[in-house]
Amino acid sequence: MATIATTAPHGTRHQHAIRTAKPGLFIPSFSLWQREIVRFYRQRARVIGVIASPLLFWVAFGAGFSHSFSSGNAGASGSAFGYFFPGSIVMIVLFTAIFSMMSLIQDRNEGFLLTVLASPVSRSAIVLGKVLGGATLAAIQGLIFLLFSPLAGVHPSFAGVLLAAVVVLLISFEITALGFTIAWPMDSTQAFHAIVNLILLPLWLLSGSLFPADKASGWLRAIMLANPLTYGVDALRNGLDPAAHTDHSLPINLAITLGFCLVTFATSWAVVNRRTSKPAA
Amino acid sequence: MPSTTLEPDAAAATPASHSDDPIVLSSLTHDYGTRIALDHLSFSVAPAQIFGLLGPNGSGKTTLFRILSTLMVPSGGLATIRGFNVATQPAQVRQQTGIVFQARSLDIKLTVEENLRHAGHLYGLSGKHLRARIADVLQRVALTDRAKDYVETLSGGMQRRVELAKGLIHSPAVLLLDEPTTGLDPGARLDLWQYLRMLRDQEGVTVLVTTHMMEEAEYCDRLAILSEGKLVALGSPEELKSTIGGDVVLFETETENAAQSLAARMAGRFEVAPTALGNTVRLEREHGHRFLTAVLDAFPGEVRGVSVSRPRLEDVFIQRTGHRFWTEATDASVKEKEGID
Repeated sequence: MATIATTAPHGTRHQHAIRTAKPGLFIPSFSLWQREIVRFYRQRARVIGVIASPLLFWVAFGAGFSHSFSSGNAGASGSAFGYFFPGSIVMIVLFTAIFSMMSLIQDRNEGFLLTVLASPVSRSAIVLGKVLGGATLAAIQGLIFLLFSPLAGVHPSFAGVLLAAVVVLLISFEITALGFTIAWPMDSTQAFHAIVNLILLPLWLLSGSLFPADKASGWLRAIMLANPLTYGVDALRNGLDPAAHTDHSLPINLAITLGFCLVTFATSWAVVNRRTSKPAA
Repeated sequence: MPSTTLEPDAAAATPASHSDDPIVLSSLTHDYGTRIALDHLSFSVAPAQIFGLLGPNGSGKTTLFRILSTLMVPSGGLATIRGFNVATQPAQVRQQTGIVFQARSLDIKLTVEENLRHAGHLYGLSGKHLRARIADVLQRVALTDRAKDYVETLSGGMQRRVELAKGLIHSPAVLLLDEPTTGLDPGARLDLWQYLRMLRDQEGVTVLVTTHMMEEAEYCDRLAILSEGKLVALGSPEELKSTIGGDVVLFETETENAAQSLAARMAGRFEVAPTALGNTVRLEREHGHRFLTAVLDAFPGEVRGVSVSRPRLEDVFIQRTGHRFWTEATDASVKEKEGID
């Protein structure tokens, strides 16, 4: 390194043209998405966690459930577990999706985020890349879980499985984007944990995963109807068990779930886009 | 060679100022509520220059760095990089600027090459052009053979070089570095300065570097010295030092009180303006060694130690601010300000 020639002292000014090449949306968000995935599979413990937790769920709870419930809110399949099945997928997806955004806080604390923010990449690319990264991991977990649906006595058609897969993707996306919005202003993973715990459990309990909204009392029913996740669970039920009664029709369920994806994405975009006279990161 | 990217739609980006200087500050001001972090700073940085921002912690250089890197909007005044306003045209500013932050910004779970590819993607580079840039910057920082290694396996000095390579991936005309040699051993420190000089000389890059180290400030072509958000000195290290007449003479006494009393009596007896800093009396004087004997004769037994030296940058700071570069006061206020500055 000591042999660096310094031949052209001050003689080469004005050779830098003004750069105007704007990075598009696709390449930067793909790059951020790819980073999430690469980081994931290089940390073996995370891979094991994502694959093993649905399996464990089936071994530990599946067997027990099928014996404990003989009747109740059974779907057309006749199995109580069939009723809980969509809610179980949602729970697994929910946790993985929202906690994947813990990486945002880590990125901030490690300084990685600072360089991303100081680059000319658009804010929507940052949100899209990060959220798609987390959503992909959550969706993979949900899809693994979905593979075991015959064990629950649920035998959906091929189209039903496809629909369920799409719904899993949408739920993964909206919940990850929600996690993004919560994680953005935070600098401690403990604080994130606390807030997420506060939100996540009610969100899931009142989503129709445990009991249907039409059996709930007035105010509880109102909350359940206002909970966007209710429509995701319902849509999943539409796919897995088309004959089962659901509170809303499939188009409404899909439309509201898609709408919530857009709302959470827009919220994430808005929090990232805020430029202030306070330190950004 | 720098490969610059000029798209046909260049007209879309209209500069906010037409100065030829790549970095211009005009009455730039910033406050955090009641505390003023930057107080009407005005100066400009010429092209292909290594410009140092020197100041103790809490002097405002981190605030200025954040504003120039478009991560914070200043509360008043104007700052431009290559003509673009950092407050209102962040996208254009970001394209002209390479930034190396003080903290590590690399993803240690990725390889050197993956980190650089990722950085390139964020600046709109891809494909063959990006591969060529990666090869080029790696060669520049002499890390071609470590391209496939995970960042976590590299030494601190090497990681810093990867940071530099990352900042250079899009061939920026302006490079901003925040305390770039923090945590480096002396050898790695010299290497880094060597790279910065090479960038200046071979590629005409304008380099702005913040530092709190006097020895490093000496390497800069031009310096702005900040104290409590104000610009206290501006010029090349040689110019600044030459503003101090003659030698710097220090007299060490037993106590602080003794220093103050000695300073007062010295001012009465000789035509000098000494300052008492702790238990030391400090003054600037032509032919310091001759003056020294006169003082020792006049006040026998009061002086415990003496020194005569050519002025250093710290002397410039003391002369302009009336206090030492590192004082107990700054240390205390640093702790208090750390949360926001």
